[in-house]
Amino acid sequence: MIYKDIIETIKMIEEENLDIRTTTLGISLLDCFSDDYKKTSKKIYDKITSISKDLVKTANQVGDEFGISIVNKRLSVTPISLAHAKSVDEYLEIAKVLDKAAKDVGVDILGGYSALVQKGMTKSDEIFFDSIPYVLEATDNVCSSVNVASTKTGINFDAIKKLGHIIKKTAYLTRENESFGCAKFVVFANAVEDNPFMAGAFHGVGEGECVINVGVSGPGVVKTALENMQGATLDEVAEVIKKTAFKITRAGQLIGNEVSKRIGVPFGILDLSLAPTPELGDSVAQILEVMGLERCGTHGSTAALAMLTDAVKKGGIMASGNVGGLSGAFIPVSEDNRMIAAVEDKALNIDKLEAMTSVCSVGLDMIAIPGDTPESTISAIIADEISIGVINNKTTAVRVIPAYGKKEGEMADWGGLFGVAPVMSVNPYSSEDFVNRGGRIPAPVHSFKN
Amino acid sequence: MKAIITVIGKDTTGIIYNVSKVLSKLKVNIEDISQTVMQGEYFTMLMLVKIDEKECSFKDVKEALSDLGKNMNLSIQIQKEDIFDAMHKI
Repeated sequence: MIYKDIIETIKMIEEENLDIRTTTLGISLLDCFSDDYKKTSKKIYDKITSISKDLVKTANQVGDEFGISIVNKRLSVTPISLAHAKSVDEYLEIAKVLDKAAKDVGVDILGGYSALVQKGMTKSDEIFFDSIPYVLEATDNVCSSVNVASTKTGINFDAIKKLGHIIKKTAYLTRENESFGCAKFVVFANAVEDNPFMAGAFHGVGEGECVINVGVSGPGVVKTALENMQGATLDEVAEVIKKTAFKITRAGQLIGNEVSKRIGVPFGILDLSLAPTPELGDSVAQILEVMGLERCGTHGSTAALAMLTDAVKKGGIMASGNVGGLSGAFIPVSEDNRMIAAVEDKALNIDKLEAMTSVCSVGLDMIAIPGDTPESTISAIIADEISIGVINNKTTAVRVIPAYGKKEGEMADWGGLFGVAPVMSVNPYSSEDFVNRGGRIPAPVHSFKN
Repeated sequence: MKAIITVIGKDTTGIIYNVSKVLSKLKVNIEDISQTVMQGEYFTMLMLVKIDEKECSFKDVKEALSDLGKNMNLSIQIQKEDIFDAMHKI
């Protein structure tokens, strides 16, 4: 064993915040759904608590032995809209059971209060949509997501139209808590079925009985590696990012396999995503700054982020045969202190963020907008972002929080992992007539590959 | 089980002695040791050790070393060897 390799690993863990961001245990609930929601609820509770009873303990133990902490332990379940409950109250009961199960097994968050409506909505999907604001208000640990479009099917504009209303209602119902409910809700295009990251994780219907998916991060490690590269050309920079991503992924693969072996659940995928946390030095925006941009959001940011995302994927793919999920870079505003600084310095606005999402792994994430933003404007923000995903054959997502009662420049503070967000301005001109058309945007021409 | 112990901190007398004493009490065998003082001040030591799980658990060793670290104002880590192999070997 080479001395400098060991010291490098220790430094990554101790000083540069290298960690395993999450181990997410995906559980299929398909066999729990029945026509009686009470039976469904009981089966769901029993199945979740029996499969995941050792998850937290085991993950902590493995983290301890390898000296690298597994920060979050989470669950993802089959999209709950498939339970086909008959009323909002029934869905709410099921959601409360999910919340209780998550608390009883000690996980941080449970994802999968989800619906896939990219082509159309069933009657129960419509009831499910109505239940979302109440669920986000009544539960602590349940995250919700909906997939409203895919490259293959096009965009369900009727669903997008409803979502503006749903997001505003959620913001209102959770107004005492800085409209926090909206931070637990994501709208997707091309949602992936094995993503371990929240709030968008769910256990896809094409997945097995249960599976362990691991999310690795480490923006601090990449930042430190690049700090020693002043004056290097961009291809040299890309090479270093790739090598760093390789090392981080290998650590995740090892830990994921070990957790999977010990709890007897098959290993699914490893998602290497540079995901920031509010902690100092754990920032994606700062990587762009180290590359030579004065502030994240200035001209050149999209190019820098594109290179970063691509190099991360290349390193990850070499390191593990099971790379999946979203793998790339996340740019959630509230969770990244350099991103927040960029907004405050007026270097970064929602339009530039939208451009950046066309080259990174997700989308408009954790962005606070004024509380009086019209429903149709929120729907239109979603429509723009979702179109980027559909046309570019990639996953995109929207998680915006119209912070109740707040105006541009004020702060919305959710604390902990969710961070603090400066309220950002949106375009003042109306999109209402466009959104009200509803219907569908047909699938793009390049989706016809058969 | 093989593990790597790293000790980093300000150089002072008795670091190797005290770490070895803790390990010997727990019947942990030291297989390799490498140590240097960087910039004449910072002590860094790596040890490759073998833990006999019949004698003591990984957790016991980790706790004993962490207590010693606190007393001597050193950072003492112990990790399974596999993590270094995974990250640095193709």
